[in-house]
Amino acid sequence: MAASPERSRKPRKNAESMDRDELLAAYGNMLLIRRFEEKAGQLYGMGLIAGFCHLYIGQEAVVVGMQHCIGEGDEVITSYRDHGHMLACGMDPKGVMAELTGRIGGYSKGKGGSMHMFSKEKGFFGGHGIVGAQVSLGTGLGFSNWYRENDRVSLTYFGEGAANQGQVYESFNLANLLKLPVVFVIENNHYAMGTSVERASASRDLSLNGVPWGMPSLSVDGMDVLAVKEAGAEAVAHCRAGKGPFLLEMKTYRYRGHSMSDPAKYRTREEVQRMRAEHDCLDAAKAKLLTLGITEAELKKLDDDVKVRVQEAADFSQTSPEPNPSELYTDVLVEG
Amino acid sequence: MPIDILMPALSPTMTEGKLAKWLKQPGDEVKSGDVIAEIETDKATMEVEAVDEGKLSEILVPEGTEGVAVNTVIARLAGDGAAAAPAPAPAPVAAAPAPVAAPKAHVPATPQEPVEKDWGPTKPMTVREALREGMSLEMRADKDVFLMGEEVAQYQGAYKISQGMLDEFGPKRVIDTPITEHGFTGLAVGAAMNGLKPIVEFMTFNFAMQAIDHIINSAAKTLYMSGGQMGAQIVFRGPNGAAARVGAQHSQCYASWYAHCPGLKVVAPWSAADAKGLMRAAIRDPNPVIFLENEILYGHTFECPTSDDFILPIGKAKIERAGTDVTIIAFSIMVDTALKAAEALAEQGISAEVINLRTIRPLDIETIAASVKKTSRVVSVEEGWPFAGIGSEIIATVVENCFDWLDAPPVRVAGVDVPMPYAANLEKLALPQPNWVVEAVKKLF
Repeated sequence: MAASPERSRKPRKNAESMDRDELLAAYGNMLLIRRFEEKAGQLYGMGLIAGFCHLYIGQEAVVVGMQHCIGEGDEVITSYRDHGHMLACGMDPKGVMAELTGRIGGYSKGKGGSMHMFSKEKGFFGGHGIVGAQVSLGTGLGFSNWYRENDRVSLTYFGEGAANQGQVYESFNLANLLKLPVVFVIENNHYAMGTSVERASASRDLSLNGVPWGMPSLSVDGMDVLAVKEAGAEAVAHCRAGKGPFLLEMKTYRYRGHSMSDPAKYRTREEVQRMRAEHDCLDAAKAKLLTLGITEAELKKLDDDVKVRVQEAADFSQTSPEPNPSELYTDVLVEG
Repeated sequence: MPIDILMPALSPTMTEGKLAKWLKQPGDEVKSGDVIAEIETDKATMEVEAVDEGKLSEILVPEGTEGVAVNTVIARLAGDGAAAAPAPAPAPVAAAPAPVAAPKAHVPATPQEPVEKDWGPTKPMTVREALREGMSLEMRADKDVFLMGEEVAQYQGAYKISQGMLDEFGPKRVIDTPITEHGFTGLAVGAAMNGLKPIVEFMTFNFAMQAIDHIINSAAKTLYMSGGQMGAQIVFRGPNGAAARVGAQHSQCYASWYAHCPGLKVVAPWSAADAKGLMRAAIRDPNPVIFLENEILYGHTFECPTSDDFILPIGKAKIERAGTDVTIIAFSIMVDTALKAAEALAEQGISAEVINLRTIRPLDIETIAASVKKTSRVVSVEEGWPFAGIGSEIIATVVENCFDWLDAPPVRVAGVDVPMPYAANLEKLALPQPNWVVEAVKKLF
């Protein structure tokens, strides 16, 4: 089968992939992620969150747009930059924040941390700290749907840095060989830690990386939630129809460092400022909503509600107790 | 002068085979390179080409004969082909040395052997058949169980473990993968996280090093990292340790690698009953289980319970031979070595108790300690390297639990601390032999 991946799409500011109410909901979800991550950054600065903490600020449109393409029973899996994915899946911000602070109320009882949370109920399969590992695992989620002959789809996210891992291509091969329902989503934020994509990948168009396996693909403006939804819907429909995997390259950008300890010497402040000023997903969605008749007052109310939810999460994450020392020994093996 | 045609060894571990078919009959002229017969080995059906030329005068082993030992004379050529090379030796790979041990039925019941649960009638079965039966029984009972790996389906298994399973279960449950251990292991773990129960066959555990990240980081740790929400019910299985003459990269014991890691169970069967009973337990266990088989044992025959309910518990060792003077602890093929050593020691008046660990993690400390408290002497035997090996763990455990009962320092017998050499004599020098165990034991008195 000859692949005919569509070449990079221009930003589609006028795409109509969401109606007014859906866009408003998407805006609310993106805002929740933005405010949650800002708060996590604050708590990290206060010493309440420790270790690795990778913030998703800037990339919100990708995960929110994709989430609007799937439903109950579909699976989501990603790397260690996972807070946004969990909130988009509908996981409780309190449980996520309490995991960041290492408390018993966290999704993993404080034993996983920022990079390792899961929710069977919400279809979120982690939260993986080894770059690229989630790509094979996500292929396995798709495999389980294929095996059970349901029409569920696995959304398997990874960065453009992980896209250089060998197992990614082993997974592409397996997925297309068995025609597994997996949407592979490359979140290309241009920097794998401090190494720009140009310095790490000989491939100049990552959306073409599935071509040798005959995988259809799209390159998408990942800063535009409408463009993401439109492309995501096409990819998900392809998988549900039993046609095998689909590759999406989301061109996006993270405003913060790779993790909290990133000196950010690899890019200029001006570059970051320009992306924020000209391509921010929240600004774009807000402008669109205003043209659709939503008022500034309504948006302000939404912002206030989000702030309340995030503050509640922050409060919970500090009042929830640390795990009991006996938890050290639980959950190593399923007993019995 | 007549030329003998010998039964060839067609795989590194072949000791005998079935003469499936003669393609030449007495009276036929045979030219060098002609296919004269088909032989079924422990791995595949192979064609045998003639090396010498002449008229086939006599067939000594009729077709259909099973269990023909390597180097048996199977036919004769009349010696009128004077041009034929002076019979250099048997056909194709006949230069292979006589493999480590002849596959003969083990008689498990030594008179004083303590009784395990009685599972009723038994029948002779190879370890290969026992593994297959264990998997098949579980696959019949649970549709979430499936087998994947290289050559498991259409090829019928690189070592014929899965022979016939594609026919019974179909291509969706017996799945051939490309040679891509890292990728398909990750795929299987992902499927397990979503509730399926994969059996992943590694053609050998040497290749699982490509996949060890998923075994440890994805399969073993997820239950803990998720606070108990999500784990992986999965079996990783395949031949482990040295086969015969396959060199350094294909001859390594991984027992201590996996046994090191919390979140995994590690089992290593010796007999057919071990293989069947532990395979069923491993598939049913809700945790990731490393199932270390041994290629040389595949063709060995043991008595095995026939009951459909037969299953063995993970975490319980078995006393294969009772004794009073010294405890010898071994697993997998080293149980053979330990039993041979015990036999030799008996002739010298030393009564050795031989423990077959069956499971390496969790280690059956109770059985070990009870035995050592009785004998006051202990020797561990393993094929793997000594440093940070299973023997180290056994001895640390013995010292922690039975220090006051010991009459002599515990001793480790292990593979020599070098990569595996190819040369027949060097390979033999690298792997524990019964006399190493005998010598180790004698030092304790």
